[in-house]
Amino acid sequence: MASHLILAKLLRTGIVSEPAPPADPGLLTDPARLNEAILRVFGRAVVVRHIDAGSCNGCELEIHALNGPHYNIEGVGVKFAASPRHADVLLVTGPVSAHLETALRRTHEATPDPKWVVAVGDCAASGGIFGESYASRGRVENVIPVDVVVPGCPPEPGRILAGILAAVSATPRNHSSPQGVR
Amino acid sequence: MPRHIDLISLPQHGGGPIWQFSLGRERLTAFARGIQEEGGQLLALWGSDDRHLGSGFTLHTAYLSSLGLIWAKTRLDGEKPLYPDIAHIFPQADRMQRATFDLLGLVADGAQDTRKWLRHAAWGEGEFPLRKDFTTAHPEAIDAYPFIRVEGQGVHEIPVGPIHAGVIEPGHFRFSVIGDRVLRLEERLGYTHKGVEKRFEGMDPAAGARLAGRVSGDSHSAFTWAFCLAVESALQTPAPPRAQWLRALFLEIERLVNHLGDLGYLGNDVALGFGFNQFWRVKEIWLRACKEWFSHRYLFDCIVPGGVARDLAPAAAKELVRLGAETRHEVTELMEVYEEHAGVQDRFTGTGTVAPALAARMGLTGLAGRASSQAWDARVQFPHPPYDQLEVQMVVERAGDVAARVRVRAGEVLESLRLLEAIVENLPEGPLAQPLPQPGSVCEGLGWIEGWRGPVIVYARLAEDGRLDRVHPHDPSWQNWPLLELSILGNIVPDFPLINKSFNLSYSGADL
Ligand code: SF4
Repeated sequence: MASHLILAKLLRTGIVSEPAPPADPGLLTDPARLNEAILRVFGRAVVVRHIDAGSCNGCELEIHALNGPHYNIEGVGVKFAASPRHADVLLVTGPVSAHLETALRRTHEATPDPKWVVAVGDCAASGGIFGESYASRGRVENVIPVDVVVPGCPPEPGRILAGILAAVSATPRNHSSPQGVR
Repeated sequence: MPRHIDLISLPQHGGGPIWQFSLGRERLTAFARGIQEEGGQLLALWGSDDRHLGSGFTLHTAYLSSLGLIWAKTRLDGEKPLYPDIAHIFPQADRMQRATFDLLGLVADGAQDTRKWLRHAAWGEGEFPLRKDFTTAHPEAIDAYPFIRVEGQGVHEIPVGPIHAGVIEPGHFRFSVIGDRVLRLEERLGYTHKGVEKRFEGMDPAAGARLAGRVSGDSHSAFTWAFCLAVESALQTPAPPRAQWLRALFLEIERLVNHLGDLGYLGNDVALGFGFNQFWRVKEIWLRACKEWFSHRYLFDCIVPGGVARDLAPAAAKELVRLGAETRHEVTELMEVYEEHAGVQDRFTGTGTVAPALAARMGLTGLAGRASSQAWDARVQFPHPPYDQLEVQMVVERAGDVAARVRVRAGEVLESLRLLEAIVENLPEGPLAQPLPQPGSVCEGLGWIEGWRGPVIVYARLAEDGRLDRVHPHDPSWQNWPLLELSILGNIVPDFPLINKSFNLSYSGADL
């Protein structure tokens, strides 16, 4: 077994996790939708389901990075789920390809209320470089309602985390203090 | 290879040797066979609508041969664009032929599999988006796809996707299983088809380079470099030397970080969370460094037509060499853990095997190919600047299993680290870019780069006004997806994620 090597490496590495960025209410599209009673139920333990609606896979790289040791997302109560039925937040990337439009709608329907949709990346925000075409429906909002938009190509992990936290944060929009958000 | 052909060497300043010629339709089959007998492979197949240029359609095929890349152009009739099937010679042609029909209406005559590939329901039968006279799509309501069924007692199907359980691109997998042993796997892809090739039309080269880099985000530098080579060869204007070296720097960092990420996930998939966290920690350090040195974690838009948009500052150069040495040490340590860990080796060894003979027959390429004895790496056989001065060492394994693909990746990480140091040491002085001229007449070019996943090819044709008229980006995933279907046979369903990750193929890059 390799346990001695693993232990030695762990001791040398130490802990690299960093504190989470504050939620960025500036990313919200419609703060009024965030009902205080719902927020009390959820607190800050939030289950996220990722949906690639047609991305170039660049945004996925940064969502993967969130799972890495620096970001420690489970430490701030964010967890990825395999099924939309377990999710509070849908993290959607890409322009919505025509071929995935139905799948995206169905996944959204399969997610129990209350739920929030976070559109991740320029493509999800606006259609990005792919725009709207015979094969692309453009931004996610064209297909399902969106609560939080995180622009960037791809947005950095800290921004994505700030967007997820914004979706479930009770901080009103005019409290905006994005310092610390990368 | 038939000797009676006139190969014309393309002006590839900064690229590997590419030979082009026109190949009559009636000789296409014999030529493909000749390449196969010589030990070559089909790398890409695509079409173009040339009717607005006073011609019909053109079928383009690109072959890997001992001469370099051979690019054959076959003129097809404007009314009835037919060409002989070559999938019976090169099986990897099957999906490319089907996609070429879906997008352009070119018909592979005599092909066995004529099911649609990229067209699900987004546009109607008889509509071809890449034809110049295509205007709007009329989606069809029903989207039936005839999967091939395995029948027999105790056999059942497990459908997975298009939305997968993890953070991963969408596609559909149909497993036919008995117990949990896989008898057959059939993929259906095309879900992320977002009209990339049509989108290129009318763009200027600068916008085209940005789009090319987003064909498959994890291969950004490979695609932008290949795109820029295509445009620069069409305009016969090479990028300055410093830019060529910096492009290689970006490409090797891309190879490094992708391999680091996958090595981490491969640990995760066999329940060694330690491996994931350690490799992703090292990867994150590189991403942050890239952000600091070049303003983007994944080096997006650092390569531009005519050169590069970012320079390596002297302080960054020093830091890069230091980080490289540190990474070499860390990766060596972590690989020792993987090699010594009985549980890891038990899951890696003998899993998802593609034997060398099968790999050769099916055209398995890139890193997965090299793990199955397919010893091709454009940087090694056909080194272009700066690789001609770097003596790249190819990493080859023969077992063809997950363990072999892991070892190839680890070997390539160490080699990329060596290359990065050599690039920093020998980086020539000079300008970062030079302006591209206006073409004045229609012109075309091909770019060919060994990306981290395998050979990336981009074809670009420019109109007189310098705007893009037709672009085809080709990802090596095209060739490798069919082998994933075969590598799982006889394995159990729970091993699929592990096998899948060991290939890590692009959906977006092949769906287009
Ligand atoms: S926003 Fe950028 S990285 Fe994300 S899917 Fe779009 S092109 Fe790719």
